[in-house]
Amino acid sequence: MYSAAKIHGFLHLYIGEEAVAVGVLQALTPDDAIVATYREHGQALARGVPAASLMAEMFGKANGSSRGRGGSMHIFDLARRFYGGYAIVGGGLPVAVGLALADRLSGREGRLTACFFGDGAVAEGEFHESLNLAALWELPVLFLCENNLYAMGTPIRQELAQPDISLRAESYGIPAEPVDGMDVIAVEEAARRAAIQVRRTGAPLFLELRTYRFRAHSMADPDLYRTKDEIGDWRQRDPIALLEARLREAKLIADDDVSALESDVAAELDHAVGVAEAGPFEPVEDLTKDVYGRSAQ
Amino acid sequence: MSVQLAGGSSRRVRLTYREAVRAGLRHALSADDRVFLMGEDVGSYGGAFAVSLGLLDEFGPERIRNTPLSESAFVGAGIGAALGGMRPIVEVMTINFSLLALDQIVNNAATLRYMSGGQLEVPLVVRMATGGGRQLAAQHAHSLEVWYAHVPGIKALAPATVEDARGMLLAALDDPDPVFIFEHATLYPLEGEVDEEPRPVDICRASVRREGGDVTLVTYGGSLAACLAAADDLADEGIEAEVVDLRTLRPLDMDTVLVSLGKTHHAAIVDEGWKTGSLAGEVSAQIMERGFDLLDWPVQRVCSAEVPIPYAKHLEDAALPSRERVAATVREMLV
Repeated sequence: MYSAAKIHGFLHLYIGEEAVAVGVLQALTPDDAIVATYREHGQALARGVPAASLMAEMFGKANGSSRGRGGSMHIFDLARRFYGGYAIVGGGLPVAVGLALADRLSGREGRLTACFFGDGAVAEGEFHESLNLAALWELPVLFLCENNLYAMGTPIRQELAQPDISLRAESYGIPAEPVDGMDVIAVEEAARRAAIQVRRTGAPLFLELRTYRFRAHSMADPDLYRTKDEIGDWRQRDPIALLEARLREAKLIADDDVSALESDVAAELDHAVGVAEAGPFEPVEDLTKDVYGRSAQ
Repeated sequence: MSVQLAGGSSRRVRLTYREAVRAGLRHALSADDRVFLMGEDVGSYGGAFAVSLGLLDEFGPERIRNTPLSESAFVGAGIGAALGGMRPIVEVMTINFSLLALDQIVNNAATLRYMSGGQLEVPLVVRMATGGGRQLAAQHAHSLEVWYAHVPGIKALAPATVEDARGMLLAALDDPDPVFIFEHATLYPLEGEVDEEPRPVDICRASVRREGGDVTLVTYGGSLAACLAAADDLADEGIEAEVVDLRTLRPLDMDTVLVSLGKTHHAAIVDEGWKTGSLAGEVSAQIMERGFDLLDWPVQRVCSAEVPIPYAKHLEDAALPSRERVAATVREMLV
């Protein structure tokens, strides 16, 4: 769709990192809040935001999840407590802390706020300020570092003086655990344990999900900073293929199931593209609508 | 003293600007469980300007919440808490410090309603001290309100009177969008008389603080006093200045300015920001666009000198708009 010029702007593909969103979102309830990054369509889909609404958003249509105002980097779905879609690296963390604070102050016990961010965010001041605040005030935030080893094109070892990200969280007194982010079962198990603990203690917890993106940072990235061999090695651990092999081995699925699933996905995508194609553009007369909630000249 | 007002009785009381903000905070905290205050040293210290003094004892540490020195995190947490249904009031010690939170303010608070297609709402109030005049030098004395007034999605208020100090806070809490309140640091000891019962004030309109037919002085916040004093001096010379207090810096109420200009045909804008790229520049441009035919003289601006505000008193005085500079500017316009 991007190549066909139906989708414009930046588009950050999630291919390779699917186990992270799918595994974590399995462990959450509809009452939990989610804050994510600009590479968030995986989380949105796993949360149940309809593919058609996401596709329409990327097409810039009025039936998109943000009425075409946000695009791929700014998916919001209030009904599903999906609070976006933040394209400034680290910018979502303070917001997540505040959502958890609101739950605490309103006496909504047992809820948590799941906050996704990448390894690049770990170098930002907002990461440290937010971890400190969440730990200091003992707020129910589940910090989820999606470590794909590159901050755009800069490898983690050129960016972080201490590349062991879990150590950084622990320095704020937040229990942290590295997880194989290519193994969806491992991610789900770790996320369930973590969610139980956050709900029980009301205090933050940190998972470092070690993963890899198979595609470039965005559609604008020529991907000159990594070798084909490195990408190829990681592709050997494709989370979808790994899961499929595991399920086949356990005889939980067979060829028929896989092809049925694949055709379901293809049909859902066709439907999403159809809905997006058919959707209207927001009239230009509405350009200034929703800058404010109450009219302000 | 007490007076009867239509629609109920209300005693008049004398308060300082500082006490008025505190009275507004107390009223809001008592009236609405969703309201809480957070910021650096707002608790037992009582706030850097003693605005929240005593509130910790009344409302407890959950609602009068001391924060670490993490402007970005606690302003961002205010945004998140507002998204979560609370009515946070965030105190940032000074406008210079607020720059550490600009990402949260400009990229998040101002954009979320629009960028989410109208789904999200950020009813956040952020208060901060602004301005010079206290010999605190260039990292505590700047007037950067225009940077905030530049940004669609937020509202910017500059209370210049005791009544506005209290009433604008309550109006801001009633507003569904992020509202920034700039309290000029020299105003906290200012005294004034207000109704005992706190009420929100209108935050859509500018206010004519002094009537006059010869020249319009457009100002806001900490410069109102200099304008009123200059108007007194000019009156002794037979020049009647009308003083318009903008009150709200975004959205600007230009109608009130233009009505005044229709009477005086002369306008000087007094703004403690630097002249280059100033709010005074914006007001001037809007006068050109909408009121050019009303002008008998080019619009003049009295702003801060284009320097980092200096420490030494004589230099700081020379840098900031003063009664004398305002009066001298008007005299040149009316030769």
